[in-house]
Amino acid sequence: MKEEGKHGKANKFGMVIDLDKCTGCGSCMVACMSENNVSFKEDESDKRLSITWMKVYRITNGKKFPDAEECFLPRPCMHCEGEHSGHSPCVSVCPATATDYSTQTGIVSQIYTRCFGCRYCMAACPYHARHFNWWDPVWPEGMEKFLSPNVSPRMRGVVEKCSFCFHRYQLAKDKAYMDGRREIREEEYQTACTQACPAGAITFGDLNNKNHKVYKLVKPDNKHHGKPRNPHAFRLLERLKTNPKVYYLSSRDWVRAAGDNYTVEEKRKGITSGSGSGH
Amino acid sequence: MDSALIPKGVKRCPLPKFAIGISAVGAVLLWGVFAMLLCWFKGLNQTNMNDYYGFALWIWADLAVIALGGGAFFTGFLKYVVGKDELKNIINYAVLIGFVCYSSALLILAIDIGQPLRGWFIFWHANVHSMLTEVAFCLSCYFGVLTIEYLPLIFENRQVDKVPFFHNLSHNMHEIMAVFAATGAFLSFFHQGSLGGVAGVLFGRPFAERSGLFIWPWTFFLFTWSAAACGPCFTLLITKMTEAITKKKLVKDNVVDLLAKIAGWMLFTYMVAKIADTVYWAMVTTPENGFAIGEFYSNWFYNYWWLAAELGTGAVAAIILVTRAGRHNKFSFVIALISAVICVCLNRWVMVLQVMAVPVMSFDTWALYYPSWQEVATTILPVAYGIILISISYRYLPIFPQEHELNSVE
Repeated sequence: MKEEGKHGKANKFGMVIDLDKCTGCGSCMVACMSENNVSFKEDESDKRLSITWMKVYRITNGKKFPDAEECFLPRPCMHCEGEHSGHSPCVSVCPATATDYSTQTGIVSQIYTRCFGCRYCMAACPYHARHFNWWDPVWPEGMEKFLSPNVSPRMRGVVEKCSFCFHRYQLAKDKAYMDGRREIREEEYQTACTQACPAGAITFGDLNNKNHKVYKLVKPDNKHHGKPRNPHAFRLLERLKTNPKVYYLSSRDWVRAAGDNYTVEEKRKGITSGSGSGH
Repeated sequence: MDSALIPKGVKRCPLPKFAIGISAVGAVLLWGVFAMLLCWFKGLNQTNMNDYYGFALWIWADLAVIALGGGAFFTGFLKYVVGKDELKNIINYAVLIGFVCYSSALLILAIDIGQPLRGWFIFWHANVHSMLTEVAFCLSCYFGVLTIEYLPLIFENRQVDKVPFFHNLSHNMHEIMAVFAATGAFLSFFHQGSLGGVAGVLFGRPFAERSGLFIWPWTFFLFTWSAAACGPCFTLLITKMTEAITKKKLVKDNVVDLLAKIAGWMLFTYMVAKIADTVYWAMVTTPENGFAIGEFYSNWFYNYWWLAAELGTGAVAAIILVTRAGRHNKFSFVIALISAVICVCLNRWVMVLQVMAVPVMSFDTWALYYPSWQEVATTILPVAYGIILISISYRYLPIFPQEHELNSVE
């Protein structure tokens, strides 16, 4: 991968979500839907048909009162890099190059007008971060006037997903260009969910930039596929070598252990992400 | 009434009887066409698929019919490349069945994609790293080959053959058919394999992921192998069904026996490879991803019975077909053919639907699905279409070269 592109130093935008702070309020989900013109139906009771770029899972430690604990886990697209740049589970399988990995930003894009709806990317994504437009996007009368002009609504029959609010990156780049700068500042490009979180649980920035909060929080080892050096940090399904760019923080062992799968033997030996033993 | 169109020296049922049969199947076909139009005009909300089940009944049907249609390429390979000349007496039927299977697969794909009018993007914006791209290219090319192989049969219709142009064209196409058969075999080795690769490369889905050779997961080779083994079994099964329905012997026993024996050994060796793959996957690949194989079969619906049924039917079919006594006993022979077909269909099912069902994130749950009537109707549609095309072809085209000899008409 070329760190230096023709547009300057390559970024690797990522997210850190502090699960100790997340209250499960769902503000991130609402902000995301509003910001990105996510359509919805009258009946959203079947969650496997709901388009939720950001979805908050409720996980528990499986114990009974008084030992029962729960945790809320927001799940955007992980913007996986894979073992080598661009070998994301979804990008590698899309037959029409309708989803792509940017080595300039580390963002996995989705080109709605090129997607023909084969849904192979959805089958490939273990995080269920990809959603299909089973219906035409329809908003209640009058509401379409409040859609964001910066994000194109998606038509029926195509796949969509979290873009890390890529349009905000474009706006920030435009502003930087107008100001005569090549680089954007950390605060100039923040996702909607980051800004909406009342608990400040979500942090967003450049994982390649040591001055950014995300880097300081997880201290990614970029020589080893971004593996976090912070013992309280983990990524979902790290063992599958998807190399996600969304990190989670938790002080609780069981929460960190829930981020991946471990065999009975491994659990017996205490080899889980939460133990800090690595794998 | 239509006797002028029927091949010389063979007997067919009266036209009214034929028409009634075709009409009955045609009604089913129309039901499927109605469901197809609903999917095209109203969208895929007509199905029971969801964001967990992006791949479902249709993808299984695609994989299954392509595997079953594998009889065309493998019989062609044996006849034209290996030189098993006796198979010329069944190759026409294998080609016809293959044509039905592949055209059905293309139709189902056209219904399955969310934006059918953009289907050509797979060629225009091709991602060469995607197994599905290779499938699309090879599948389309091979369908072209099958069409070229099927056309001479149409030209051999009694009335069409009277036109000198078609007569000569048919003759010349036969002369170079070995080239097309070899091309078809080459293309099939790749697209059958790529269909296996579709599941095998899903490194985010531990139930599907397989290690492999260079860029090809083991499922790439296993899918080609199983199609070469079970495709001819399907050709033979349909041949036997046709013989039962028409109450005629259409292919000599030595021809059937030769193809069955080769398919049997292909299936036998496939089963050895499949079992080895399953053991390696269970003992090495799966634990590396943090799973125990038992977790994949821990659901009330998806349990070890699926694995047992797949391996069991394959083993039964292989053992019967490699033994002379098994092949020569009519009952056990048909059981073997049915078992082989079930084996490959079960394999394709688990490699599509069970992959979607198994939870991957530790806090996720099993996802089960049942198809909507529209999905069922559009899956039955190709079956009805196949019956109609085979019936019309059998009635008017010289599909079986030995039919006249085996059933002399006074």
